[in-house]
Amino acid sequence: MSVGVPRGLASSGQKLITEILHPLSAAEEPMSPGPDVTAGADQEKQEPGLTNGAPVEISSPSSASVLLSRLQLDDELEADDQDPYGSTEARDLFVTVDDPKKHVSTMETYITYRVSTKTTRIEFDLPEYSVRRRYQDFDWLRTKLEDSQPTHLIPPLPEKFVMKGVVDRFSEEFVETRMKALDKFLKRVADHPVLSFNPHLNAFLTAKDLNKRQGLALLTKVGESVKHVAGGYKLRARPAEFCAMGEYLDTFSQKLGTIDRIAQRILKEQSEYLTELREYGAVYSSWAGSEEQLQRPLEGVAGCVTTSCGALEDLSDNMSQDFLPVLREYVLYIESMKNVLRKRDQVQAEYEGRLEAAVLRKQEDRTPIPVEVEKCQDKVECFNADLKADWERWQRNKRQDFKQLLTGMADKNINYYEKCQDAWESLITLLQEKQTEDKTSETN
Amino acid sequence: MTMADSGSSEEVAVICNTDITSSESENNIINTMVERSTALLKKMEISVAEADKRTGKNTVNMQETYTVYLIETRPAESVSEGGTPAAPDTLWRRYSEFELLRTYLLVTYPYIIIPPLPEKRAEFVWHKLSADNLDPDFVERRRVGLENFLLRVASHPVLSNDNIFFLFLTEEKGWREAVLETGFQDKVDSRLKSLSASFRVKNPDKRFTSLKNYSDNLSTVISQLLRIRARVADRLYGVYKVHANYGRVFSEWSAIEKEMGDGLQSAGHHMDTYAASIDDILEEEEHYADQLKEYLFYTDAVRSVCRKHELIQYELEMAAQDLSYKKQQKEEMETGTVRIFSFKGMTSKLFGQETQEQRESKVAALEQSIQEGENALKEKNAETQEFVEKAWSDIERFKEQKDRDLREALISYAIMQISMCKKGIQVWSNAKECFNKM
Repeated sequence: MSVGVPRGLASSGQKLITEILHPLSAAEEPMSPGPDVTAGADQEKQEPGLTNGAPVEISSPSSASVLLSRLQLDDELEADDQDPYGSTEARDLFVTVDDPKKHVSTMETYITYRVSTKTTRIEFDLPEYSVRRRYQDFDWLRTKLEDSQPTHLIPPLPEKFVMKGVVDRFSEEFVETRMKALDKFLKRVADHPVLSFNPHLNAFLTAKDLNKRQGLALLTKVGESVKHVAGGYKLRARPAEFCAMGEYLDTFSQKLGTIDRIAQRILKEQSEYLTELREYGAVYSSWAGSEEQLQRPLEGVAGCVTTSCGALEDLSDNMSQDFLPVLREYVLYIESMKNVLRKRDQVQAEYEGRLEAAVLRKQEDRTPIPVEVEKCQDKVECFNADLKADWERWQRNKRQDFKQLLTGMADKNINYYEKCQDAWESLITLLQEKQTEDKTSETN
Repeated sequence: MTMADSGSSEEVAVICNTDITSSESENNIINTMVERSTALLKKMEISVAEADKRTGKNTVNMQETYTVYLIETRPAESVSEGGTPAAPDTLWRRYSEFELLRTYLLVTYPYIIIPPLPEKRAEFVWHKLSADNLDPDFVERRRVGLENFLLRVASHPVLSNDNIFFLFLTEEKGWREAVLETGFQDKVDSRLKSLSASFRVKNPDKRFTSLKNYSDNLSTVISQLLRIRARVADRLYGVYKVHANYGRVFSEWSAIEKEMGDGLQSAGHHMDTYAASIDDILEEEEHYADQLKEYLFYTDAVRSVCRKHELIQYELEMAAQDLSYKKQQKEEMETGTVRIFSFKGMTSKLFGQETQEQRESKVAALEQSIQEGENALKEKNAETQEFVEKAWSDIERFKEQKDRDLREALISYAIMQISMCKKGIQVWSNAKECFNKM
């Protein structure tokens, strides 16, 4: 694997993950047989071809590169426009998830998505890649990231299991929504100054075949659950800023839950409104049938009501496909954040425990505080620094995302009213034309 | 039985103060009516200015609270001269007095589609709207409806000239007595009678039959429309009001945000505004519903004219039947044959032949009776013809009025919808601006 000093990392003051072992993962070794490390080693052995980049699919190179360059442009514009910090972290890795495809085999049916990469980083052998990945692969990547970068906030994946089996997993809407969420996930990882250099990401973006890592994913998951058991230690003094983060996250997720319920309730009211509105329009049509002079005006009203129905349907569809999934993704994002906070607490607890024990020992036999404890302290500080940086980043992202989400909601509503208004205005024009016609024919 | 006998025709003539019963002037009826109709509104401005609550004892000596409406009339010239308008003449009337006036008109002018009164109790309401008769919004809408009724009558070519109507507007005391003195109550047809007529008419007038069918259809479709509109209003109300929750949650959320806080907070206010805007929108839409309701009630008035036509047609047919029966009797007596089995035939067989004198006096009496029957038939024929002509001219007038009114109602409904859209766009644009500042 080629290793280079990535640009844009100098400001964060951190070394590349492959260069040094993270203090946390290093310290973990003696406590529990680190599944991460072995997993990493196993991977090297079992998947020698993994890091070999697959060449870009040449089926539609022009359209793909046009798309990519367009995306790149958009991203840069966005960064200039909205993210005042974006300019300090020059982007050199662009990823896109699109083009879902259904695969049917005797064993299973699943969807794969195209993952396109465009980069100038020297860790990549080629400037462009295009591979196909399924949800499981994303899940693998996320697990790998979580294990190898425990101090960092890993963006969430869309929920694995569809609620109540109401939704068809292979329906166009579901796949589209999931694709958008996967795209968001991968973009967030690729934009992260540390996560984007993770070798697992590199493998995910470039390897032709990821199939062999299934057993390993399982193993790492077991390791993860072992780690969580270690918690439940009361902290002496959690720094106020992390307390505030926890409180913020609790309140924020509560508010998001409320917004989600409101949005769903509105969708329900809208669909009931739509049902009545359809019937309402039909009555005008049937009335038109029994009138002579009023036939056209009544048909016109029926037409306007039908147009309004269509506009309302669009509004509801947009809201349920674009608004609700983003909200839900944020609830998951909050959970990821809370998870990192919990891990930080554990690391601090471990340090405090060791320190306490060392202080006791020092009082008894005057031995100096062992290096081990100091290492622990480093670990806490390192974690705190990572977490704070990720927190800032998360806050910025959140601000951007909600700005976009809510202005989008406003736009959709405006668009709905504009469509209705157009319909009614053209009806008035029609009716008034008719009236003046009548009047002129009367005077003649 | 004598709802359109000669007496009533005379009375109509007296009230209308013209000779519309004479056949020569019938072709001019519409023109003269229009000319004279403008007279009342030219002379007088009419409005129902306000409503008030009163408490009093009713006929069975129970305390009751009711609403009275202030009718203002003032000479029209004083306004057009540009000077300070003369103080209006005012008087208070109860809804029941309006009802009495309408019943009087209905009986006195059977061939006219009498404008309907606004509903006595709120119908086709959606849940937020009160069905209470003393509810201020309901009273206000009824005030508008009653004023509309008076203006419809005052602009009607025939009704506007009615003396009782004039007294209704101008004489607070003694009006009820004056109405009762006209004896209109004696002419009230029982519903049963007209029902039986509708079943027994042999040669119904196709125009009236189709008019009746049309008004049945119209009544069905408008009530259907009103019912669904109420449900649509209910749902729309729901959609808007749920947005108020956004107002609350944005405001709560803004408390934990730094940069986003202000934008969220003010966007929340816009969501509150949005939720509140539906009240006015639906209140305004209620006016459209009232316009539709007026025509729903008009369909009853149209059907009433159709029923009266059936009744008069039935009377005509009865007279014709009676005459032909008498003629048949006479023929039997003269020829001595019995065509059909009859009671008379039976008696003659049982009690033997009558004397010659008896026969002759009977034939003479029959001839007298036939003569009377022929006159009666002629009279009925003329009466029916007159009814049909008068009724049809009013029906034509009504059709034009209906087409014009409903077209305008639809236009104003469309304008309301546009204004609702504009309000929606405005509020969401304001909210968008706030979101953009986040």
